[in-house]
Amino acid sequence: MLDPRIYDVKDEISWCPGCGNYNILPSLKQALAELELQPHQVVIVSGIGQAAKTPHYMNANGFNGLHGRAVPPAQGMKIANKNLKVIIHSGDGDSYGEGGNHLLHGIRRNVDITHIVHNNQIYGLTKGQASPTTALGQKTTMQFDGNTSDPISPLALAVSIGCGFVARAFSGDKEHLVEIMKEAINYKGYALIDVLQPCIAFNKVNTFKWYKDRVYKIDDTSYDNSDRVAAFQKALEWGDNGIPLGVLYRQEKSTYFDRVSYLEEGPALVDRIWQPKDAERFMEDFR
Amino acid sequence: MKYNVLIGGAAGLGIDTISILVEKILKRKGFFIYSNKDYMSRVRGGHNFIQVRFGTEPIYSHWPELDVIIALDKETVEFHAERLCAAGVIICDESLKIEYSRTVKAPLAQMAAEVKNPRALGSAAAGALLKIFGQNLELVKEVFIEKFERETAESNYHAFQLGYEYAPKYFEISAANKDSHILINGNAAIAMGALAGGVSFYASYPMTPATSIMTQLSMRQDDTGIVVEQVEDEISAINMALGASYAGVRAMTGTSGGGFALMVEALSLQGAMELPLVVVNSQRPGPSTGIATRTEQSDLDFVLTAGHGEFPRMVLAVRNPEDAFYQTARALNIADQYQVLVIILTDQYLADAAQTIEPFDYSRISIDRYFAEAKDIQGERYKRYMPTESGVSPRIIPGKIAGAVVLSDSHEHNEYGHISESAEIRTAMMNKRMKKLELLAQEIQEPEYFGVEKPDMLLLGWGSMQGPMREAVELLMQEGKPVGALVFGDLYPLPTKLLKKYAGTAKKLINIEQNFTGQLAKLIRQETGIFMNDSILNYNGRQLDSYTICSRLKKEVL
Ligand SMILES: Cc1ncc(C[n+]2csc(CCOP(=O)(O)OP(=O)(O)O)c2C)c(N)n1
Ligand SMILES: [Mg+2]
Repeated sequence: MLDPRIYDVKDEISWCPGCGNYNILPSLKQALAELELQPHQVVIVSGIGQAAKTPHYMNANGFNGLHGRAVPPAQGMKIANKNLKVIIHSGDGDSYGEGGNHLLHGIRRNVDITHIVHNNQIYGLTKGQASPTTALGQKTTMQFDGNTSDPISPLALAVSIGCGFVARAFSGDKEHLVEIMKEAINYKGYALIDVLQPCIAFNKVNTFKWYKDRVYKIDDTSYDNSDRVAAFQKALEWGDNGIPLGVLYRQEKSTYFDRVSYLEEGPALVDRIWQPKDAERFMEDFR
Repeated sequence: MKYNVLIGGAAGLGIDTISILVEKILKRKGFFIYSNKDYMSRVRGGHNFIQVRFGTEPIYSHWPELDVIIALDKETVEFHAERLCAAGVIICDESLKIEYSRTVKAPLAQMAAEVKNPRALGSAAAGALLKIFGQNLELVKEVFIEKFERETAESNYHAFQLGYEYAPKYFEISAANKDSHILINGNAAIAMGALAGGVSFYASYPMTPATSIMTQLSMRQDDTGIVVEQVEDEISAINMALGASYAGVRAMTGTSGGGFALMVEALSLQGAMELPLVVVNSQRPGPSTGIATRTEQSDLDFVLTAGHGEFPRMVLAVRNPEDAFYQTARALNIADQYQVLVIILTDQYLADAAQTIEPFDYSRISIDRYFAEAKDIQGERYKRYMPTESGVSPRIIPGKIAGAVVLSDSHEHNEYGHISESAEIRTAMMNKRMKKLELLAQEIQEPEYFGVEKPDMLLLGWGSMQGPMREAVELLMQEGKPVGALVFGDLYPLPTKLLKKYAGTAKKLINIEQNFTGQLAKLIRQETGIFMNDSILNYNGRQLDSYTICSRLKKEVL
């Protein structure tokens, strides 16, 4: 195992004191250190939001792109260099709202990346508007009379479109979070982890205590996480009756690299050897 | 000598097959070819046509007057017969009720029935056409063998022979030289330029008239080891391309106006991150969905400033298939050298226009990446945005140098790529980025000039107007008119040397553009203070031809 401090940077962190993100960041460093991944082998990709600032707080490669657009560049860089470990860290608004379409198609494409959503059920950075996971009726700094849309269940969504690795963790349980992160990073294919994270500033409903009182760990001995229908059912569990944590669904399936076989077999795309003259043969097609 | 053939019919009747056969056969016989397409956005029905112009000298645009019409339906004759020259001929199936004396009513359907392949009707028509032009059957059979599967090649060639035997000879044509050319359209040439230029990743979402760039690349992706990804939307296309560029491969995307509009936020991301990127906008008439399968040059204004905030970019328009090849490869080098966005403009006319040209000279292409190496990066922490004299910071790619990490950020950032709101850093970073405009200004190429040494009348155009304008100048010069034309490829930064030289002495400046507002004229005015005296503008979705340019100049300007 590496020393997790190799991922530390000195730059100031601008999250609110007490934010759940302060637990997610060291968990990530811990997971990477345990997996013995060097900073230059890892890219942290994000969109925009509080969660999306993660690349700035880590000594690793970073790509802090546009709001909602973390998934496309993450896939692009993994396709370009399969030797990189590409990990997305972004918010629930970023991942399920602005970037929802990319999530659907990223899962379908199944490039080998890990997508870690800091789900605080609110738009943090923009000061408290409803996100796609905010409860129906919840009052926010924008929805004064309560949120009028139903929340989505990200995990049920992911299971329903065949995501091969679907998990939930809680920022209040670091040890478990580290284990889930490690498993997700090692999983070959698109891995989604929804990390429940209190937003102390803007989500007065889903507090640390609210989560703490409801989350429970799935019993690995009795639960078969390769059963998709059972996983879907599990993913729908939410609220006062309990919120399951753990790997809800896991299925080995062919990845993008298996499907584009020369990528799997050959060198990384970035190491492709190519001269202009190599393309001259195509002139024959136009004779 | 030049001849012009129109092949017309409803979508689905097979005019494409006929034109491919006719073009290939005439090309193999050594003729110069220029063909262009006029399609409706539908899969069946409607009216489509392809014009194939051929001759014994180089041809660089289409032409309105027709020598032969191959009519697969009655509408084709109704729409186009008035363009038939006095010696013109119509070829059609005997069943069509056409009252025109010079019509070869051949039993095409019956011939197709005879060879037991109803789809071979077009081949029979192609056979009739070849005979009408007095050509022999040399080199013909090979084309069928290449184009069709084995059995259909036989039946199609057989139908071709029947059509050939049936038709009389109408035209006496001088022999052509031996064929040494390629026949390629604008989009295929862009794709070939991308392959030669080392593009490894092309992400795109289908949109006419850009789709065929992606098709040309994807059909060769196994063979070359590149990745062509059809993505969920254009937003994904450009963001994915930026991710790939970040990781160090040459990445490119292409679309038409609507898709380009979706990419705009990420153009600006390119500006902040300074990642090399080439984006093609193959224009079609707007606003909005506009006319999907027609042509226009109305996105110049849009692409010049598309993207919020200010950042350097280069905009160039390709002028013909040859130019499209070399400029695409050049764009990739410039994007890498200066870590900038290069936008390539083309349009439906050029995308689909096929021309016989010399095979591309691959020895003229180089792939220059300008990566920094471990020894070039100083200090213990890599500064992705290190200030430099030129404004271009040494660029490394992630994962290649142990101990060095690359942080790219969409926020304003310091030299490490770390978010910053400092006024000093902001100003320094803006200065650093915008400095690249000066470097780009040194890269730009002057427009092409055709015409007399000292023109009284100077025509100005850009991109795909090159062919029609070049021919128009030739026609006007034959009439003794003191005319010249400047056709811009590079548009931004705007090259001004030749412009100032010719504009200084010409009495009249006339911009000729496929848009309503005269976007080139506006750019020239903005950058140089030079005003046009008059303009020929066309925005009906069809490309101006040289004949129309000449007649409109005479009517509206001279
Ligand atoms: C195109 C675009 N639209 C809107 C914004 C403003 N914006 C920034 S972050 C954000 C929402 C952030 O919420 P979330 O993704 O849940 O992240 P959090 O701050 O809660 O971690 C919004 C709306 C933006 N930056 N870009
Ligand atoms: Mg949030």
